[in-house]
Amino acid sequence: MLARDWRGGELRVLAAALVVAVASITSVAFFADRVSRALVRDAHQLLGADLVLVSDHPWQREIGDEIARRGLERAEAVNFISMARAGEASTLAGVKAVTQNYPLRGKLRTAPAPNAPDEPAQRGPERGSVWLEERLVSALGAPVGASLKLGSAEFKVAAVLTLEPERGANFFNIAPRLFMHAADLPATGLVQTGSRVWFYLYAAGEPAAVTAFEGWARERLARGQRMDNLESGRPEVRASIERAQSFLGLTALLAAILAGVAIALGTRRFVERHLDGCAVMRCFGATQGRLLQLYGAEFLLLGAGACALGCALGFVAQGAIAAALGELLRASLPPPSPLPALQGFLVGVVLLLGFALPPLVQLKNVPAVRVIRREAGAPRTSTLAVYATGIAALSGLLIWQAGDAKLGLTVIGGFGAAVLVFAAVAWGALRLVSAAPVARRLGARSTALRYGLANLRRHARGNAVQVASLALGLTAVLLLTFTRNDLVDAWRRSAPPDAPNRFLLGVQPDQVAAVNRFFAERGIAAPELNPMVRGRLVAVNGKPVAEADFGEERAKRLVEREFNLSYTERAPAHNQVVAGSWFKPGARELSVEEGIAKTLGWKMGDELTFSVGAQRFGARITSLRKLRWDSMKINFFVIAPSALLADFPASFVSAFRADAQHEAALNELSKRFPNLTLVDVGAAVKQAQGIVDHVINAVQFVFLFALGAGLLVLYSALVATEDERRREAAVMRVFGASRRQVTGSQRAEFLAMGLVAGTLATLGAALIGQLLARQVFELDLPPSPELWIAGPVTGVLLLSLNAWLSARKVLSASPALTLRDSV
Amino acid sequence: MPGEAVAIVGASGSGKSTLLALLAGLDTPTAGTVELDGANLFELDEDARAELRGRAVGFVFQSFQLLPSLTALENVMLPLELAGRDDADSAAREILARVGLAERLHHYPKHLSGGEQQRVALARAFVVRPKLLLADEPTGSLDAESGEAVIELLFQLNRESGTTLVLVTHDEHLASRCQRVVRLAAGKIVA
Repeated sequence: MLARDWRGGELRVLAAALVVAVASITSVAFFADRVSRALVRDAHQLLGADLVLVSDHPWQREIGDEIARRGLERAEAVNFISMARAGEASTLAGVKAVTQNYPLRGKLRTAPAPNAPDEPAQRGPERGSVWLEERLVSALGAPVGASLKLGSAEFKVAAVLTLEPERGANFFNIAPRLFMHAADLPATGLVQTGSRVWFYLYAAGEPAAVTAFEGWARERLARGQRMDNLESGRPEVRASIERAQSFLGLTALLAAILAGVAIALGTRRFVERHLDGCAVMRCFGATQGRLLQLYGAEFLLLGAGACALGCALGFVAQGAIAAALGELLRASLPPPSPLPALQGFLVGVVLLLGFALPPLVQLKNVPAVRVIRREAGAPRTSTLAVYATGIAALSGLLIWQAGDAKLGLTVIGGFGAAVLVFAAVAWGALRLVSAAPVARRLGARSTALRYGLANLRRHARGNAVQVASLALGLTAVLLLTFTRNDLVDAWRRSAPPDAPNRFLLGVQPDQVAAVNRFFAERGIAAPELNPMVRGRLVAVNGKPVAEADFGEERAKRLVEREFNLSYTERAPAHNQVVAGSWFKPGARELSVEEGIAKTLGWKMGDELTFSVGAQRFGARITSLRKLRWDSMKINFFVIAPSALLADFPASFVSAFRADAQHEAALNELSKRFPNLTLVDVGAAVKQAQGIVDHVINAVQFVFLFALGAGLLVLYSALVATEDERRREAAVMRVFGASRRQVTGSQRAEFLAMGLVAGTLATLGAALIGQLLARQVFELDLPPSPELWIAGPVTGVLLLSLNAWLSARKVLSASPALTLRDSV
Repeated sequence: MPGEAVAIVGASGSGKSTLLALLAGLDTPTAGTVELDGANLFELDEDARAELRGRAVGFVFQSFQLLPSLTALENVMLPLELAGRDDADSAAREILARVGLAERLHHYPKHLSGGEQQRVALARAFVVRPKLLLADEPTGSLDAESGEAVIELLFQLNRESGTTLVLVTHDEHLASRCQRVVRLAAGKIVA
């Protein structure tokens, strides 16, 4: 029977829907799987490894040995600040002595001269040579080939260092970087007891082995030793990855839901075309159970085949995407795991059972009398209730797939609400359009128009369903083109290309005016100087704070160190108060970052006591703030009103943007104010933006598939009523309708439907976009005029095209044949 | 002749329905001509043929061919609306009352019995007062009683409007009520 129905043609559409659905789901899932694995791996590049161990004294031998014993790669580095000398010039350098296999993740990049094109370095510096950051080259006047002295050893400058993956993690390195070979370290005589030196151990390898080692090593960490992984190390990187995963999850969700709609529409057409056949089988004694069995088996067979083909196609497609995007992704993707195939298969089966079975069940209910009276046993209009099981199962699956209940529910809720609202509004709008005075006046002049508009009212229910389906598909298309672009733009703006690339530290209160003047005189936008007071947390609600009170490593570290406190009257523009309200000037109140409050167990209303030097002050927490870590701006965990902190010794810090032409001015700044520390974060910013771009590219490609699924829904919605329209046109022609009347009436009807569908879709896309932007991505999305033009126009164009194609089909077929076919 | 009733009879596949489609200009022949109301149908283009049909030809099908999305009234109004007639509504109401469906105006086809549907189809065919009415097995889908009632109505309307009736049928009894019977076998007139 499958083969027979296949030849009949109806199943092909359905199978195509299922294949495309599963293919798009699996290719999205495969690709998303690979991309997110690549993202996690790439993020590790910012650490230089999967796991970084940092100590203020040399590492116990057993820890280093354990890394090797567990089959993990190991690299080492020693960091310290020292004076580098070349001829007459001398300057502080941030020395990093590394083993030659550093870094384990990512690559160092070097160039033969400042501003020359760079390329990745295959290994660290050779013995006896050093690599210098560009700033150091110019400060020392030591180009490649020159010699420089470090402690008591002499080195040759071998390359200009252009990128150090780990650099972002060390924003506050005061001095420009100098790379050397670890084995040369003893010769310098710089590492002595009491020197301020950091010892780094890097580990990388299979995730399971890394995790196991992490657990093992954590128990052996002594005072002054800590461990950084992706979770603890880089809040701004984690934020980017979480957002990327939200985007990819959303895309997969949309593809799956759209596929469900397409399959429901396709099955309905199949059922309509099989009613007669079923009636005949019922006539010849087939029981209801037998019919259900027959068609159930046929659909399952079809489903299995289509799912398998879909998975295979999905796999091929993701390979092709990866190949096509290889250059764009700038990173090799790890091979996909088999999980997405399983996921695709499961989604396919759920789609088939949930959306094809309910209409299919109607086939078994066809009364045998239909053989005589064709009207008997016509399929009931599909209600939401019919699809309840399917929708529920799909929702569960999608939430699981999205891995984020909030995102899943937002999309499903929005989609469900859209279906109901679309159908209701479409019904009302179509009746309204057909009854509008303008339509009546136009109709008086043209029969075709009058007939088309009258059809809008007559077909109101059927048309409303079609308009709602169209609007859904179109919503997805708009969401994935215009709204997506707007979201991506908004996202890009949140880490803008003019993000600050310099940190200025240690400005004394009496230098603030002079520094501001310095910037103004050189035409650089004056940086906002934020006061910073260093204080240690001593008590919470009067109870003294001890490091041992906290279980979490990050909490211990935070409590152990001095806090950077700031004071201001207004909440920083890039911070968002998420609980309580911003303090009033002069109040004894604090505003605290919500993440640190959570880590340290602080709650609104808690009284915190800090000691600054020999003095203490206390204040209550009255607001919690959310920070944008990826904004590259200066952020403070704790902010107090000026009155509370202004009398304490403070220095000022700032983040600002300087371009290449300001380089000389900045060198002058260092000379004029030798106590200031100027940190070049350009490299780190570039690196973070590289990741963001990488993510955007991946997301955009993945969106194409969901777009395909959206178009499939559009197509299914359009062909769903094609049979009926053809027959109607044939009857019209029999009763004397001219070509113009047939095409004109269809055009009028389709145009109105397109306008309503386009407008609804625009509304839907704009609403969902806003909802996503605010609730999920925490972005501001300005309204898009392009969307409001493109939405309705696309609706009208699409249905005009359909009207044209449909009229051509109708007019090219003999009405006698069409009518005979439909008997 | 105007007002004449002609039956076309023959076995299945003998070409009855094809002949009917050719008479209406719904299909085009490979050879030969059809003259309708003084015009050679196949010298006219498709739109001119449609216009001629709208003006001069009515149709009744075995399977009724009512549009399911239109009410009984709207189905009957269809040819009038296509012809741009302003009195579509009143004319359709009048003829539906004539076929005994004054109470069923706003029912959709699926809510009408087979006999009622065929009466709507008759009303639709006669509402434009066609010169020629082509009926393809008009009782083929009906039980004997409804079939008889429809046939009575068909001949009654035929007489009242002076329409020429061409009837395709298997039913010898029905054929015998026509003035002329044309027999077809394998696409050829045999009697």
